Amino acid sequence: MTQIREIELDILKPHLPNVLEFSDAIANLGPDYEVFLDVVQMDEKTETLTVLIKGHSLDYRRIEETIKNLGGSIHSIDKCHVVGETIKNS
Amino acid sequence: MLDRLTLALRISRSKVILRRYFITNGFDGVLTMLGLLVGFRVSGSVAIDILLVSGLGTAIALAVSGVSSAYISESAERKHELDKLRDAMMDRLEGSAHEEAATIVPVMVALVNGLSPFIFAMLILAPLWLASSNIMAIAAPVDLSIGIAMVMAFLLGIYIGRLSGTFWLWAGLRSSLLAIAIIFLILLFN
Repeated sequence: MTQIREIELDILKPHLPNVLEFSDAIANLGPDYEVFLDVVQMDEKTETLTVLIKGHSLDYRRIEETIKNLGGSIHSIDKCHVVGETIKNS
Repeated sequence: MLDRLTLALRISRSKVILRRYFITNGFDGVLTMLGLLVGFRVSGSVAIDILLVSGLGTAIALAVSGVSSAYISESAERKHELDKLRDAMMDRLEGSAHEEAATIVPVMVALVNGLSPFIFAMLILAPLWLASSNIMAIAAPVDLSIGIAMVMAFLLGIYIGRLSGTFWLWAGLRSSLLAIAIIFLILLFN
């Protein structure tokens, strides 16, 4: 089994919940989750974000579900860091 | 469930709306009851039971009217907002907190809008009920109910004053003046 250590997402979301509430919801998915969020563009009703999430073993399915629940839509996965068995156990 | 409800209220910024509906329709309930009681009081001797049933009927009508009117207007408003957001997002937002908020918030607003005048009315009618059912001997239950209505108008005024940052006594007295104006107008027409 591989593990996702880092993932960068391009997200479109409504203004509410705000970026702090949005980051908070993602960071709460795991005890070692770190969220780095940049607002790239702001429109009348939406905002485009770049969200970098770091952790020992990220659960992408739950991250995607949380973002969807908060009204966000993942446009692309721009970067990721995934480790295999050897690195995982070292 | 509670988390989702809190999230729906937060993203729809509904706490302010709920508070507004609570005050507006609560005030409506207090003044309607005051008008009804003063009307009966100046019209002469009326049996407590008749007064109680009339008051209860008015309170139920206020509650039903409050629930239905708020639900119809608020659900239309929320649906419109959700549609605009869906267009902007180019997404149906299915299963999102925004979609949930569009369903939950109108129900909550409707309940607050309906229950607020009903609860105030019940508190005002309490002395009549206590006297009517012989639970407590009250010398002048109608006057006591009118007094409670006046106090509630004053307290609601204080609450509004706290929200707007107005001096509490002035805000309370301003609401009481409205209640006094109602009494004065009823006496004038009588």
